[in-house]
Amino acid sequence: MKFARLGLLAFLSLVFASLFLSAGPAPAVLAQQPTPADDEVNAIAQELFCPVCENVPLDVCPTEACRQWRELIRQMLAEGKSEEEIQQYFVENYGARVLSEPPREGINWLVYVVPPLAFLGGAYLLFRAFRTWQRLAREPEAEAGSGSAPAAPPEDEYAARFEAELKKRK
Amino acid sequence: MTDTISPKKGVPVWAQVLIWGGLLGLLALVAIGLVRAQRPMLIVGAQVPDFTLPLYEGYDYGGAEEIALSDLRGRVVVVNFWASWCKPCEGEAADLEAAWRLYQPGGEVVFLGVDYVDTEPDARSYLAKFDITYPNGPDMGTEISRIFNRNLGVPETYFIDRSGILRYIKIGPFVSPEEIQAVIEAILLEG
Amino acid sequence: MLPEFGFGILVLTFLLSLFAAVAAALGHFHTSERWLESGRRAMLLTFPLLTLAAGVLVYLLVSGRFEVQYVYSVTSRTMPLYLKATALWGGQSGSILFWSWLMAAFATAVSLRKWDRDREFLPWVVVVTSLTLAFFLTLLVFFENPFTRWWQTPGGDFVAKMFAPAGATLVTPRDGEGLNPLLRHPGMIIHPPMLYLGFVAFVIPYAFAIAALVTGRTDDRWIRITRRWTLLAWLFLSLGLVLGMRWAYDVLGWGGYWGWDPVEIAALLPWLTGTPFLHSVMIEEKRGMLKQWNMFLIILTYSLVIFGTFLTRSGVLSSVHAFARSAIGPMFFAFIAVTSVVSVALLLHRWKDLKAEMQMNSLLSREAFFLLNNLLFMGVLIVCLWGVLFPLISEIVTGQKVTVGPPFYERAVGPLLGVLIALMGIAPLAAWGRSTLRTLGRAAWKPSIPALLTPVLLFALGMRNWIALVGFTLIAFVLFITLYEFWRGVRARMKSQGEGLFTALARLVSRNRRRYGGYLIHIAMVVMAIGILGIEVFQTATQQSLAVGESLDLAGYTVRYDSLAQFEHTDGRYVTRAVLSIFRDGEFLQEVYPRYDLYPDGQTMTIPGVRTTLADDLYVVLVNWENLSVFQAPFKVYHNPLINWLWIGSLIFILGYAVAAWPQKEQE
Repeated sequence: MKFARLGLLAFLSLVFASLFLSAGPAPAVLAQQPTPADDEVNAIAQELFCPVCENVPLDVCPTEACRQWRELIRQMLAEGKSEEEIQQYFVENYGARVLSEPPREGINWLVYVVPPLAFLGGAYLLFRAFRTWQRLAREPEAEAGSGSAPAAPPEDEYAARFEAELKKRK
Repeated sequence: MTDTISPKKGVPVWAQVLIWGGLLGLLALVAIGLVRAQRPMLIVGAQVPDFTLPLYEGYDYGGAEEIALSDLRGRVVVVNFWASWCKPCEGEAADLEAAWRLYQPGGEVVFLGVDYVDTEPDARSYLAKFDITYPNGPDMGTEISRIFNRNLGVPETYFIDRSGILRYIKIGPFVSPEEIQAVIEAILLEG
Repeated sequence: MLPEFGFGILVLTFLLSLFAAVAAALGHFHTSERWLESGRRAMLLTFPLLTLAAGVLVYLLVSGRFEVQYVYSVTSRTMPLYLKATALWGGQSGSILFWSWLMAAFATAVSLRKWDRDREFLPWVVVVTSLTLAFFLTLLVFFENPFTRWWQTPGGDFVAKMFAPAGATLVTPRDGEGLNPLLRHPGMIIHPPMLYLGFVAFVIPYAFAIAALVTGRTDDRWIRITRRWTLLAWLFLSLGLVLGMRWAYDVLGWGGYWGWDPVEIAALLPWLTGTPFLHSVMIEEKRGMLKQWNMFLIILTYSLVIFGTFLTRSGVLSSVHAFARSAIGPMFFAFIAVTSVVSVALLLHRWKDLKAEMQMNSLLSREAFFLLNNLLFMGVLIVCLWGVLFPLISEIVTGQKVTVGPPFYERAVGPLLGVLIALMGIAPLAAWGRSTLRTLGRAAWKPSIPALLTPVLLFALGMRNWIALVGFTLIAFVLFITLYEFWRGVRARMKSQGEGLFTALARLVSRNRRRYGGYLIHIAMVVMAIGILGIEVFQTATQQSLAVGESLDLAGYTVRYDSLAQFEHTDGRYVTRAVLSIFRDGEFLQEVYPRYDLYPDGQTMTIPGVRTTLADDLYVVLVNWENLSVFQAPFKVYHNPLINWLWIGSLIFILGYAVAAWPQKEQE
């Protein structure tokens, strides 16, 4: 977004100009209704994504475009619009990518369904493997009668000694 | 989890099919994504798919509240993407308007301003500020910009000839009305 | 002269690495020691050569040779020396050179080891590492040459080319564009090298795995040889991720450390396979099981390393972190396709030979718990991979762009991480082979009591968030169990050897480094989890516009706006800096100085003012994007409880790693 960045530069120079020019406190907003506070605006903006920058939540996006969108949210809030209505408006105007998650419709269901299914599939395969292993482990034991216990690996020798020592002390 | 098969056997056919299918599917997906990322979706010489632009009040097209590209067959169409937050757009706004006023009486050329992800109040004050008179409207849901390009920056301008073929792409702002005129004249001459 | 010299070295090294691969393969097929040795030596040469090439580029960067395009694009006259030098990895082509240099260093280190016991691996380790190196050098030589220079053609155009186009003259710009200001941060200077070290180090175990597959030597030798490499890779990858988080927290000014951005996730993906690999190779070492699975995991890890790099650099994903769109995408794709297809084919081919020597006996054995850990990590991996890829699928199918953002990942990953933490407590108590509920219970019941009291206590203190209650209970569970393990060991030594507490602790740890180092790393993980849980569940924020002298309240703190100053820094950036005082219960605590810097190129950087304690951070941002004047300025204040434990945990992590991997007398 090279051009947008240029826009940002120009915007910032404007901010600077205003910073030096404004000698007094910002004039109080003469709104008819109470203006929604920044926190109310941000509460909605943080659930939305900037339509022009990639993967930047709207509440922390510094571009001029996003500032305008936050003002739009403020205005819609002042008009008494609900969060759903504002989100709906954003989706209609700027596309589904402004939502922080794909809307639950059509092919987008895949995003929610595939990971749990894959995980369950994995869990099932693992469970089956456990069963197979246990069966295989039991078979030779039954054949050999006594069941030769696998030689304890070195770390467990230590662990066994350790447990034995603990027992002695009790 | 792939190593669940009884250890005495090789990999069963169904698992092999699954593994290769998954791997190749993934690769295909990435390949398509790569191809799309590497070149714009619409290239010069291609037929532009039809789209409908809703128009801002006061910026209608002969009284119509929306305009479809297919309605403009037989005319040269200049599609300009802009936004009120875009500073470089301001640089070319006057030039576009000047070019529009030059061609408007002839009726052979139509300018369409497509307002890319913008808020209406800001867009209106921008249009008023630069005294723009040609049809303008918002790119609802970025449907139109998606037709033209994947990663759209503004300003971008697309020139479509009488038969709906894309003839020229301008990325970035124009520097003079003559530049716009030159492109349009060339397209008009070709027929 | 120097740029041509540098480029010449790159071409030479590229040819050498190709030769090394061919010679080593010939050495294998003709069982010719001479070919093999020749290949090995060629590979040894790549390291000094690339050191020279990287040295040339650093010299060009430091001495401000702006006729070189790379120098022009990442440095400027006002940048301090250390930034000029580290700009080596500040841009696309430089970072690929840096990556290649690390690759050559590791390949050299590994081929200098004694090979007598596993000579048959050598040719294939050389082939894999030198082909990987050759791939990155291809990118440098043909697509992203760091030594291209600016030329002016007779027509007046400026072009960047390695050699002079006909009739063109060399152009030396007066100053460079300078490094992206966001990257001028200590965290950002060490973060990429750490990640690259982690990525590159994973190539070594992969190379040995492939060598084992090709030669059909299916014992756990390749794992024993590469254990240290795997640990090293994992350490650097982990540190790289943490440093990236810290950088985001310090510099990006949005109050968080992790945004689930596709590029962040791309760096996380290899960690999500590397960590279970680290665990499941232990099963193979102890029990001779899971050979196929371990092969699969290391192949996957290597593929994800390359895939992540590809995602970041090809422009397939759009992200704030992404490098500019470039021509190297198709090359990366071809490389990924070839390596993954060949690796999978090899694995399937050897599948039968990789059968287990022993069987799983008990669902309560340590290997069973490790497998569960593997399953959970694979779950997290699938969520992350799918979340990154889905926007691509959606765009291809419907033409519509969608965002897969934090809520998706948090909802899916949160519960999996919870179970993983619980496993971290139980698994180390279970014995290899077989455990019973009774042995587990004996080791766990005492520390379980304080762990179960934790939620009661927290509830009594007023905590009502059930996610936090569950999370802290699990954390306490792991913490107490692990500390109790230390205590059991120390007590046994104190009684049997008659040692003092500290001697006993030191000897206990030094005689079982792997075990107790691992415990320390587990402690580090849950300490980090404390920080993550704190900020994720309890973060609060407010944004208000304050006149001088006005204050706002958040989480029991009062923040007063005192003054604002603007001045120009010597390096050309324009600094706007506010002074605020923080009070609690009317008592003055400290001043903070949030600021934002405007760089000459129009980029801005928002640096928060942070008051930090073990309990919480108060994170104050000067909101530069809203209207502000000297008398009235908007501030966004975040209250981030417990976040510091995330950083403290990472320090414990390093300690634990040092204990686990400190060089010991070789006992292979």
